[in-house]
Amino acid sequence: MHKLLTDSPGKEMLLLGNEAIARGALEAGLSFATCYPGTPSSEIPEQFFRISQETDLYFEYSTNEKVALEVGAGAAVSGLRTMVTMKHVGLNVAADPLMTLAYSGVKAGMVIVTADDPYLFSSQNEQDNRYYARLSGLPMLEPTNTQEMKDITKMAFDLSEQLELPVLLRTTTRLNHVRGKVVLGELQPIRTKGEFRRNPFHFVAIPAVSRKLHKLLLEKYDQAARKAESWPTNQIIGNGPWGIVTNGVSFNYVSDAISDLGIQDKVTILKLGFSWPLPKGLIKQFLDQVDKVLVVEELEPINENDFRAVAEELGITKLIKGKGVGELSRLFEYDPGMVRRAIAQYFEVPYEPPKPVDLSGIPELPARPPNLCPGCPHRATYYAVKEVYGEDAIHPTDIGCYTLGVLPPISMADYLICMGSSVSSSCGFSQATDKKVVSFIGDSTFFHSGITGLVNAVHNNHKFTLVILDNGTTAMTGHQPHPGVDTTPMGVQRTQIDLEQVVRGCGVKDVHVVKPFKLKKTMEAVKAAMEYDGISVIISKELCPLFARATGQARKAKPFYVNLDKCKNHRDCINKIACPAMYLEGEQVMINQNLCIGCAVCAQICPENAILPSK
Amino acid sequence: MDTKRVVFVGVGGQGNLLASRLLGEAALSQGIQTVVSEIHGMAQRGGIVESAVLMGEVSSPIVSNGEADVLVGFEPVETLRALGKCNQETLVITNTHPLPPFTVSVGQGTYPPVDEMLDLIQTKIRRVIALDGDAMAAEVGNPLSLNMVMLGALIGSGSIPITAEVMKKTIEQSTKKAFLESNLKAFDLGYESAQSQ
Repeated sequence: MHKLLTDSPGKEMLLLGNEAIARGALEAGLSFATCYPGTPSSEIPEQFFRISQETDLYFEYSTNEKVALEVGAGAAVSGLRTMVTMKHVGLNVAADPLMTLAYSGVKAGMVIVTADDPYLFSSQNEQDNRYYARLSGLPMLEPTNTQEMKDITKMAFDLSEQLELPVLLRTTTRLNHVRGKVVLGELQPIRTKGEFRRNPFHFVAIPAVSRKLHKLLLEKYDQAARKAESWPTNQIIGNGPWGIVTNGVSFNYVSDAISDLGIQDKVTILKLGFSWPLPKGLIKQFLDQVDKVLVVEELEPINENDFRAVAEELGITKLIKGKGVGELSRLFEYDPGMVRRAIAQYFEVPYEPPKPVDLSGIPELPARPPNLCPGCPHRATYYAVKEVYGEDAIHPTDIGCYTLGVLPPISMADYLICMGSSVSSSCGFSQATDKKVVSFIGDSTFFHSGITGLVNAVHNNHKFTLVILDNGTTAMTGHQPHPGVDTTPMGVQRTQIDLEQVVRGCGVKDVHVVKPFKLKKTMEAVKAAMEYDGISVIISKELCPLFARATGQARKAKPFYVNLDKCKNHRDCINKIACPAMYLEGEQVMINQNLCIGCAVCAQICPENAILPSK
Repeated sequence: MDTKRVVFVGVGGQGNLLASRLLGEAALSQGIQTVVSEIHGMAQRGGIVESAVLMGEVSSPIVSNGEADVLVGFEPVETLRALGKCNQETLVITNTHPLPPFTVSVGQGTYPPVDEMLDLIQTKIRRVIALDGDAMAAEVGNPLSLNMVMLGALIGSGSIPITAEVMKKTIEQSTKKAFLESNLKAFDLGYESAQSQ
């Protein structure tokens, strides 16, 4: 049984923040869940995927976040409690349905998890999705620890149902990926079917309907603001003259700082757990009891600016500061020491920070960037393309493990902005320059948002080569299925969509399907694509070795070794493909027998044929 | 109890996330308030993996520079790289077995001699426990038990209020039967090594 199905109210468990959200949803009677995976949100749907195999919970990995939200909307207006999860940039993809779903609302509780990523641990930007609450008019809840992630998730469903609005649950990496104690509550039964009551003049967003709905949203917004006033995690803590406003993980940094500084009796904290709409009454009460205010919030100065506006509206003149105090900035994540120093500085508390060790004299340490795994088929595809196109082509790339191709010695990533941008930006590059363009996209990303770009490329007569790196899974985020995956080894039956048929269906005439570990044939296909006058697609098909191993489909190949009698130390192997199974012993290239999976790529490029399978 | 901030650093595949999770589980079962933070995503790709376990009257999930009470380094270069987390009084526990990054093989950096790195750490830190964790893991016949060796050394150092008994019980509950014996032996070797230093 999945541990999150433990039916023991009161039991304490150490749960990952994302597990706590999943548990909170189950305690709210979650019946329907969708997502597109993305760090730091991915472990929420990972729980649902497994739980859906043991219970009546409906769960799907949807094609992208927009689809996930729309699928979820259908369920939530039909009366099933629904959760949709995504990373922060995923909400950009889902922003179109979000804005109008806010108008027509839901019948059963619907919670949308948006997982922000301050410091960009695993993202292309660090946008602050609190703006989405302002943009859409939807309520936003921000838990501060693992227990709250469970409890607030559960409450979010009730709130959503009362307001008939989706609720945004905003987390950050340091909440999603933190483990803490969670006291379990009661599980609620899962419903398998709801009922949709037709009401086209509410649910069909034509202008005449939406004019009414916008007004309705503003009424619900006022109701939400009233609820925020008494929401249990909107709290005034303490009664000192120094005011600190904080939200999310920063609440912990503030709490620890005031106890470390011994200023508990001097401080009043306003913790914003229901952060939009603003609880203006509570804010007034807070502002009335403090002399000046420090706002401790990661990323954008949203509360800081809003509090200034509320103070102005209330005719309250008090110093409100945030960004710019000490090291508090709009960049990256905060940490306990940074917040402690800022509080000490702003409120003029004498404080001597601990002295980090003097780092002088430490030699330059070798970098340890993440790398494509031993036997990763992407490495072979990159090699084949570079051998044919040389160093001169432009390589738009996309989001996935293969983005690591930006690093030497592969160095084949020139442009990336978001999911799917490889294909569409190639249209621009090929038209705007005289360079050859070869772009790279993964199979999951292609289904997510590459197809529309490809249709555009065909229709508008663009000329470039698109390489679809088809490793049969969504590898980067932890091996989730996608529409092109054979899901049978994962224990579920979903219809597999043939990638090649999709590509041909988009109108591409020059399509090559290659096995990248067969370098010669792959290079022949790349060459043919290069010579084709139009749009070519190369589907490079080989399972991710980690996924293959995890699902019992691993290659049964022997590791390779370097025959020292034959090796002349050309080092093409290390210099061109840089497999992490290779290492230097003195000046001699060797292959780590425990890491090599026998893909034989290095053996095919060795000019002396010195790399051989182990006996 | 005093607050204890323990930082773990290692390389993807060395199992430091499991070690920090088990330490968190052990703390919870001893009734000690705990938060464990992890950085996911790099573990399978040979990158640096950092995690932290904070125990006691603390709710922040991460450790600022200079504020670690204990740094457990699974790889000597990574121990040195993370030294900014330490102050002079931090206890540093480090594996001495090097795992050179691939950048070294392709000539983009040099791997400093382990002895020199240890000497350097000892000039900056009052108490350092150094052990060849990989040798101990090999000795018990389970190369993947390095994380158990390092947990053993952490408990053996006496620096945190988790007993060996509770830690071993937690390991028992989360280990596949086939590896249990070697894991516990690995833990003991790390424990004894730390006790003797």
